[in-house]
Amino acid sequence: MNTLPDAEKLCVQLADMIRPQLTQNTAMIGLYTGGVWLAERLHPLLGLAEPLGTLDIAFYRDDYHQQGLARDPKRSNIPFSIEGRDLLLVDDVLYTGRTVRAAMNELFDYGRPARISLAVLADRGGRQLPICAQYCGARLEVPAGARLRLRRGEDGRLSLQLEHGS
Amino acid sequence: MSLRIINARLIDPASGRDAAGDILIDKGRIAALDAEARAARAERSLDAGGLVVAPGVIDLAARLREPGEEYKATLESEMEAAVAGGVTSLACPPDTDPPLDEPGLIDMLRRRARAFARARLYPVGALTVKLQGETLTEMAELAESGCVAFSQANVPLQDTQMLWRALQYAVSFGFPVWLRPAEPWLSRGGVAHDGEVATRLGLPGVPSFAETIAICTILEIVRATGARVHLCRLSTEGAVAMVRAAKREGLPVTCDVSAHHLHLCDVDLGYFDSQCRLDPPLRAQRDRDALSAGVSDGTIDCVCSDHTPVDEDAKHQPFAEAAPGATGLELLLPLMLRWGSLNKRPLAQTLARITCDPARILGVRSGRLELGAPGDLVVFDPDASDRIVPESLKSQGKNTPFLGYELPGRVRATIVAGKVVYERE
Amino acid sequence: MDRNPQLNKNGELQHLLSIEGLPREVIERVLATADSFVGVTEREVKKVPLLRGKSVFNLFFEPSTRTRTTFEIAAKRLSADVINLNIAASSQSKGESLLDTIANLSAMQADIYVVRHASSGAPFLIARHVKPHEHVINAGDGRHAHPTQGLLDLYTLRHYKKDFTQLTVAIVGDVLHSRVARSLIHGLTTLGTPEVRVIGPQTLMPSGVEALGVHVYRDMREGLKGCDAVVMLRLQNERMRGALLPSAQEFFKHFGLTADKLALAKPDVIVMHPGPMNRGVEIDSSVADGPHSVILPQVTFGIAVRMAVMSMVGGASA
Repeated sequence: MNTLPDAEKLCVQLADMIRPQLTQNTAMIGLYTGGVWLAERLHPLLGLAEPLGTLDIAFYRDDYHQQGLARDPKRSNIPFSIEGRDLLLVDDVLYTGRTVRAAMNELFDYGRPARISLAVLADRGGRQLPICAQYCGARLEVPAGARLRLRRGEDGRLSLQLEHGS
Repeated sequence: MSLRIINARLIDPASGRDAAGDILIDKGRIAALDAEARAARAERSLDAGGLVVAPGVIDLAARLREPGEEYKATLESEMEAAVAGGVTSLACPPDTDPPLDEPGLIDMLRRRARAFARARLYPVGALTVKLQGETLTEMAELAESGCVAFSQANVPLQDTQMLWRALQYAVSFGFPVWLRPAEPWLSRGGVAHDGEVATRLGLPGVPSFAETIAICTILEIVRATGARVHLCRLSTEGAVAMVRAAKREGLPVTCDVSAHHLHLCDVDLGYFDSQCRLDPPLRAQRDRDALSAGVSDGTIDCVCSDHTPVDEDAKHQPFAEAAPGATGLELLLPLMLRWGSLNKRPLAQTLARITCDPARILGVRSGRLELGAPGDLVVFDPDASDRIVPESLKSQGKNTPFLGYELPGRVRATIVAGKVVYERE
Repeated sequence: MDRNPQLNKNGELQHLLSIEGLPREVIERVLATADSFVGVTEREVKKVPLLRGKSVFNLFFEPSTRTRTTFEIAAKRLSADVINLNIAASSQSKGESLLDTIANLSAMQADIYVVRHASSGAPFLIARHVKPHEHVINAGDGRHAHPTQGLLDLYTLRHYKKDFTQLTVAIVGDVLHSRVARSLIHGLTTLGTPEVRVIGPQTLMPSGVEALGVHVYRDMREGLKGCDAVVMLRLQNERMRGALLPSAQEFFKHFGLTADKLALAKPDVIVMHPGPMNRGVEIDSSVADGPHSVILPQVTFGIAVRMAVMSMVGGASA
């Protein structure tokens, strides 16, 4: 799959895209797992004042009744008040939009942000909810049934990978 | 009515005979064997090629639940179960409702059994009125009505002076007394063998010494009185050792074990399987092995079913609240055959423990293939096996830990007094 | 023997009946999930929508306000509808059988039964008879098991002590009647705790308890030496005087936890108790309220652990 763009380059491009829009009030939240890796890159590149927040949406998923509880939920950690905040939500790949829906629901249990925008490394289309990313590293055509995901290597390098479903 | 069975594998456990042969029953009794039987004319003739013909099974403990507990089982249902299991004689313990403590009850029970004409019924009378351990029953009267022995069933006497007096009284008439050795205080509240499994499951335990202490007490009184005592349902290694020593000493004691305790132990409780809630409780594996050895060497005289039909609701309870007991009349022969094959015992010896040995304790002539003995036989296929499912059981009680087991020995016919009372293709 | 009735064919937690027999991974998964729920309980809105539309029936055949309340809070924080039934006072006294009660509740569309029963094994009986989409959580059965308590004890230990494979844990008091002790012992041994001790007079020890993988101490001072954690068990009132013990005073003198006895344990020892405590019987107030006590955090963790268990079983398919 040598047609996939280099994730490391996309990271930098994405940061460049976001930087002009930042306010004093912006805080960043990464979504587990890939979104947190990405956010850990973007956060220093953007020099945000507030520490990075992380969110695991396991308890807000809409497929719980079909799939059961996710295997290894992480503890969500938002080390700042989100009340009145400009939140920048970060995820690796935007697909159906369901993860972002769950994340927004969870965020509202922490408070009432002023604004939420979304940054993703890649948008593969296939939306099932009226959700779009304000910042997108790349738009990719991915066959239905395949899974596009971010990987983090032993050396910490990020890469996009395509997995073909069974 | 005469009946001739030919081409059988004829097993007489009493003499150890296990050989091909023929048998003739006439006027309810064994009239001829082998060549003489083959030559005889009979109104009915059965060809038992490939099948074993042995004395009918004698079960020393089968609860028919009559009178008083007909919702659990009836004499009809349980007598059908008996003959389906090849049982031709059974003794029923007195723990009915009311208990068998009056001649009228015994008369009625025996009349009902005779009218139904399946297996022979030998009532065991209550040792004390209402089994309450306070007043002796009229044992002589009860014996005249047909009681073969006297017992407290599973309700041990708390008062040891009462036990002493009861044995003194019984020995005066020569009546045997059948006692379940269980020290009542130590057994109180317990529902499982006091050991690792009960500890793990959090079930109140009955220690092994509840049984051995009771045996110790009973044996001392036997020594003092000379009473003839049959110890019922041994469950512990210690008990087997004590009976072995008592017999060596020459004390007039015999004993039995339930077929369940020969095969199962406390580990089989699994996740609180209430089918394994038995009285006495299933004990440790070493106890089971000792019981098995006791049956092999004859320390334990016989094996019984301890047949206890229980309705489904009473078993669908948390373990401790479930009614104890298991249905067993139809499983006694298959379980013995299974025991025999697991322990590599000759078939004749295996069958002895459920035929001539219990006959000796009952004091009856059946249980052996000799001229003049009652014509009670079981015809079974030792090589066929059946899976135990509730539908296959004739007993009203479907409660058995052996549901789903494949057990050997298919009864093909049961004959009581020369009459075929059960037949299966 | 049957397959472990708690696990479905994928090895997921279908019911929680006992810690015994649970694979290590399942226990660790409960603890990890509970950790995420601790995060939820620290938020402003302490509620997640996981069990929205599901009904949790608290079936308490034996009264226990405290345990029932923690399950109720946990279920409500998962957005479930909670129905509390104090069965001790209703149907059982009308002679309705346990399984009839369950059949009735099932007709009311129950999803999860939280069962407290005085008889060991009752939740197993219920689990054998419920429909495939229904789940049973044992909230304490007789002397047998109290798995959510055991799991919260494990969570607490892990929170303060991290590595189970380095620990010495003592459980003190009425082990004979304690479902808490049994559950904790199974959990500790499954997680590889090298030294689990039980301390108490022989009248309060079940026979063959060593087979559970514990060492028995009759002398509390001896048993506390070098301990990382001490778990005190509740002594029921009716057992303080009779055939098991002569008096609460004598019990306290020999098996009650006091500051001077606790000094024999490691300096950073933690003290746990499943509650409710009998101060001056099994534990001295100065210890219960002292710096080593983690008894109140246990209660907080208990809610997260119960949320974890409910959300795990609630999402498992038979």
